[in-house]
Amino acid sequence: MAKYFFRRLISMLFVLLAAIVLVFTLMEFAPGDPVMTMLGEGGTAEQIAALREKLGLAQPYIVRLGSFIWGFLHADLGESYRSGLPVFSEIISRYPITLKLTFGSVALGILIGVPAGIVSSVKQYSVFDRIFTSVSLFGVSAPSFWIAMLLVLIFSVKLGWLPPTGTYSFEYWILPVLTMGLQTSASIMRMTRSSILEVVRQDYIRTARAKGQSERAIIFKHVLPNALIPILTVVGIDICGFLGGSVLVETVFAMPGLGKFILDCVNFKDYPAVLGGILWISLNCVVITFIIDMLYGVVDPRIKSMYGAKKSKAKAIITAKSES
Amino acid sequence: MKKRKNRNGQLHDVWRKLKMNKLAMISLGVLIMIFLIAIFAPLVIPYDYAYQDYNSVLQFPNASHPFGTDNFGRDIFSRILYGSRFTIFIGFGATTVAATCGIILGLMAAYFKKLDNIIMRAMDVLIGMPGMTLLILIISVLGPNIKNMVIAISIAYTPAFARVTRGAAMSVINQEYIEACSAIGANDKRILLKHVFPNSMAPVIIQYSLAAGLSILLGASLSFVGMGVQPPTPEWGLMVSDGRSYLRTSWYMSIIPGLAIILVTIALNYLGDGIRDALDPRLNK
Repeated sequence: MAKYFFRRLISMLFVLLAAIVLVFTLMEFAPGDPVMTMLGEGGTAEQIAALREKLGLAQPYIVRLGSFIWGFLHADLGESYRSGLPVFSEIISRYPITLKLTFGSVALGILIGVPAGIVSSVKQYSVFDRIFTSVSLFGVSAPSFWIAMLLVLIFSVKLGWLPPTGTYSFEYWILPVLTMGLQTSASIMRMTRSSILEVVRQDYIRTARAKGQSERAIIFKHVLPNALIPILTVVGIDICGFLGGSVLVETVFAMPGLGKFILDCVNFKDYPAVLGGILWISLNCVVITFIIDMLYGVVDPRIKSMYGAKKSKAKAIITAKSES
Repeated sequence: MKKRKNRNGQLHDVWRKLKMNKLAMISLGVLIMIFLIAIFAPLVIPYDYAYQDYNSVLQFPNASHPFGTDNFGRDIFSRILYGSRFTIFIGFGATTVAATCGIILGLMAAYFKKLDNIIMRAMDVLIGMPGMTLLILIISVLGPNIKNMVIAISIAYTPAFARVTRGAAMSVINQEYIEACSAIGANDKRILLKHVFPNSMAPVIIQYSLAAGLSILLGASLSFVGMGVQPPTPEWGLMVSDGRSYLRTSWYMSIIPGLAIILVTIALNYLGDGIRDALDPRLNK
């Protein structure tokens, strides 16, 4: 497992470094001069030169890239053009909102999606299956901002049960979490269903049935653990997608999260903040992908044995030698 | 000659199985209808999509305006019919570009071992960034308009096509008939284009129908946050966004364009599921 851990770690660091270089390089081509944005039209040539010097924009690309990577490693992402505050502290102040929204939604998605997927696959072609698959198809086909607006229309405008915007107390979080949770439950349900149906066809399940095991034991002991990998993959993809894509729900519910922050910074041409925000989300995604990869190793004995093979083989040889 | 007949036979078989799937056929019908509306939009719309009638602003759906009117008195029905052009262009345009680039990269990665690591690691970097973040990044550099939106969505979906094509092509390349081709002296180009490419297309076709739906959703999302098509273009995502301020009084301004998006994406998903089932040899019987 240690080999698997280090292989994934190296791959993660490579992806992160490449993402930093890619995002930094792309931002070089962003239109508009930030110095002109900050000074306005009244800036003199001396002021422009002084500000360029202060922001480090006068240095060559490679030097700026190097110092940016060095700063990134020290949690220094520069200063926001808009507020003058460190980008890192701007991100950290908004991060909890996006994080709560993401993990709340994914938790709700798992709670609804996995049981619905199990019922749907165990009772394939039943009424439940047809209802769940139709609802989940609607869930993956509807834009999240539209679901958000529909929920606001029903629960805030028509029924008046829940507040439409803000993040002041628990009840303000219900509609945003419900919006994203329902969407992710649809994709988790679809993946759970198809993954279980795939595993149910395997010979070892037939063997378990032939041995007279109960249907419940077959599903929970044999099918579900083997069907977990694709479900974990969807959960990982959804967490990453929500960290970056929560901007839509944050916009509808006026939540000051990270996605909304990046969007506002793009409109203001606050490039250090955009760069920092995007890389922060990328860092999160890389770490989440790494954790999911590690979980593969935990839940899938094939991966465990693949990377533990040499060790166990060596152990077996030593044991055999000592016995002889 | 025999080979061509065989391939036609395979296609015929897939089509026969697809025809038995009612939902897939209804979805295909819906998509063809939307394509026709998009092509003939200027001829079928009852009102000019940009015509502002200030005497009939925010009208609830009625006989003369089946989907009502917006805050400028524009007919929402006409705008939705005309807007299908943009949705189709974004959805299918971006997916076609992504599929083309992805197929080329995937085939090269599968066939040329030296390129495999370079291409797939580059794809990993793009996949590592969440779709919406990557799109915002690209559009902030290129500028918000429909052409750049298509470019951005294409870049975001290229890795998915490259991965799927590479996976399928790798299993084809290991087959004996590919070995036989190279043994009789066929060059790389011929092997890739005549043998590997057609035989690895099944998963790519499924990916295409699913990605087209997702591209439409992404395009609408970008327009919704102001990073895509700009007003007064009647793009469906933008229309949903325009109606946000009027949700309390004129909900139909947002809800109906949203339903149009859902109709197309559901049709694409059902068709994708149908094609997947038709191509699945395990479901032959």
